[in-house]
Amino acid sequence: MRILVCVKRIPMVGGRIVLTPDGGQIDTSMLGFTVSPHEECAVEEAVRIVEAVRAKGGSGEVTVLTLGPPEAADQLRDAVALGASKCVLLETDREWGPIATAEAIAQEARERGPFDLLLFGNEAADSGDFQVGIRVAHLLDLPVVTGIKGLALEPSGSAGSLAGSLPRASARREYRGVEESFELGLPAVVTVKEGINLPRYPSLPGRMRAKKAVIDSLALGWQGEALSTESLRVPTVERRRAELLGRGAEAVPALVALLESLGLLS
Amino acid sequence: MTQVLVLVEHDADGLIDSSRRAVTFARGLAVANANSKVAVCVIGEVPTGGAELASAIGRQAAEYGVASLHVVPFTGYAPLAWARALGQLADSLSADAVVAAGTDRGSEVMAHLGAITGEEMVANCFAVSRSGTHEWHLTRQRWGGSLIEEAWLEAGRALLTVATDAIPPASVVEPVAAPLELELEAYEPQLADGDTSVVATESPEQAGGVSLASARVVVSGGRGVGGVEGFSVIEQLAAYFGGAVGVSRAVTSLGWRPHSEQVGQTGTRVTPDLYMACGISGAIQHLAGCQSAKTMIAINTDGDAPIMARADYAVIGDVNEVLPALLEVLRARG
Ligand SMILES: Cc1cc2nc3c(=O)[nH]c(=O)nc-3n(C[C@H](O)[C@H](O)[C@H](O)COP(=O)(O)OP(=O)(O)OC[C@H]3O[C@@H](n4cnc5c(N)ncnc54)[C@H](O)[C@@H]3O)c2cc1C
Repeated sequence: MRILVCVKRIPMVGGRIVLTPDGGQIDTSMLGFTVSPHEECAVEEAVRIVEAVRAKGGSGEVTVLTLGPPEAADQLRDAVALGASKCVLLETDREWGPIATAEAIAQEARERGPFDLLLFGNEAADSGDFQVGIRVAHLLDLPVVTGIKGLALEPSGSAGSLAGSLPRASARREYRGVEESFELGLPAVVTVKEGINLPRYPSLPGRMRAKKAVIDSLALGWQGEALSTESLRVPTVERRRAELLGRGAEAVPALVALLESLGLLS
Repeated sequence: MTQVLVLVEHDADGLIDSSRRAVTFARGLAVANANSKVAVCVIGEVPTGGAELASAIGRQAAEYGVASLHVVPFTGYAPLAWARALGQLADSLSADAVVAAGTDRGSEVMAHLGAITGEEMVANCFAVSRSGTHEWHLTRQRWGGSLIEEAWLEAGRALLTVATDAIPPASVVEPVAAPLELELEAYEPQLADGDTSVVATESPEQAGGVSLASARVVVSGGRGVGGVEGFSVIEQLAAYFGGAVGVSRAVTSLGWRPHSEQVGQTGTRVTPDLYMACGISGAIQHLAGCQSAKTMIAINTDGDAPIMARADYAVIGDVNEVLPALLEVLRARG
């Protein structure tokens, strides 16, 4: 079982986004970096699948890939700490669009493949483009499901086992309060949402492995796209200075009066 | 004559809210391009002619200023097949923009369409204008709405999803030349075998507590609640209002509560009348999920927490002191 997981480095913005003076990008000088929670779950899911395969005597490995700046090696190491074993860094010197990103990933997947399963987050936390996984699936001619909250691999055929012939995947997600499920044969592309699992905390040996992990990097030449950013801005929310109802339990009468005025008390 | 084609979703009552917003967005684009009209595509088992649902959709389409209504008869949801059908219909209408609400399905189908044709697909737009045949100016959300991007798109045809929380649904106020109820025109796409190999099976709707997404009151707890036990009073308060429990990501990551209760960019987006944020700092990713609440009350020990600048009312204090006291008073009232 060979799994490829794709992640994107993003700044860990907290209470408010601050832009650089020229407005061209997010001021990250005071920020740490991470990947989207969806992607963290994708890594965890891949590691769990491979662990299950190994427990049954099979073999497997998780390769984690990112397209981004050299510093994105940190996010690859984070994935190694959770249990990924190989790291691929497609080095770029600026933000890439979804078409070029998908083409670069598909190319890499072909060269390093075949992979039985390609996992992505449902959408990147920053651009929210919602399409890299789907585009990669089309480029590799693989089936794809998105927004998955539950994934189970079942042996295909009676004699099959997770370790032997390729299993089938059964994937679940929610749609307007209804559960949808999909059946698909591997190899396949699956994009997942946070909640599919609860990622583990990296273990001490995991962190040691992460430090020593070999990052296989490849510098890519810029591929422009039809979409180009003109400017960024932080939306002006009226800073409603909250009306203070009081401190501690002394605020309760004011709270009750407010709830009453909102028509919420019978 | 140019056209803007909108993929809409519906439930038993007709067009869903996000689709009405997407149609409103498309109409803005059509109006700005003098000669343009809005066409709508429905995919599914909509019986044409006479039937109640068909009639509801036809009426709503007319109310929203739609010029033509196309139905692709199809059983179930197969993302690739839907995209293929939408693309073929767009070609046959010579549509120069294809639009869908940025819902799970809308985004998925539009991304497939972009992948099929190799065209750019731009997500989460809320303003668009065209300058010249191949140039579009777009305003769109990044970071779940915490950052706005102005962008240029060079394309003959624009594929866009709409950030529906940024566009209020608006029907056309003035009487339109369109009939009061649009006729549904059937469209038969040419599908390949592989187009239907990935298809959704729906399980029956689960009866359960009040759904978080549609609750009128959401009582939310964050890391400041302090532990699993602290949520008992939050549950009781939510139940008192007939509302739902919400939580921050800190709480789900700690394993205190299930992810199904998480509010935010990677959780559920809620739109209640009242949102109570208890022991929640107010990170932008959390606010992305609750900023449409009509009234927000924050309870926090830190008067300078970011949530205090976004709430309408605040109590500075310990949730584990304030909430039990509040519950006691409410219970005493009966
Ligand atoms: C890409 C991305 C996506 C994310 N998606 C989401 C999401 O969907 N939803 C989400 O919630 N977060 C999300 N996050 C995480 C988010 O950035 C914050 O880390 C998270 O919301 C913090 O949760 P919190 O407010 O409970 O905890 P903290 O930030 O730790 O805040 C705890 C608050 O409780 C207060 N407090 C402490 N003790 C008490 C007490 N006894 N009584 C009252 N107040 C007290 C403190 O003053 C503080 O303000 C995301 C992050 C990223 C990077």
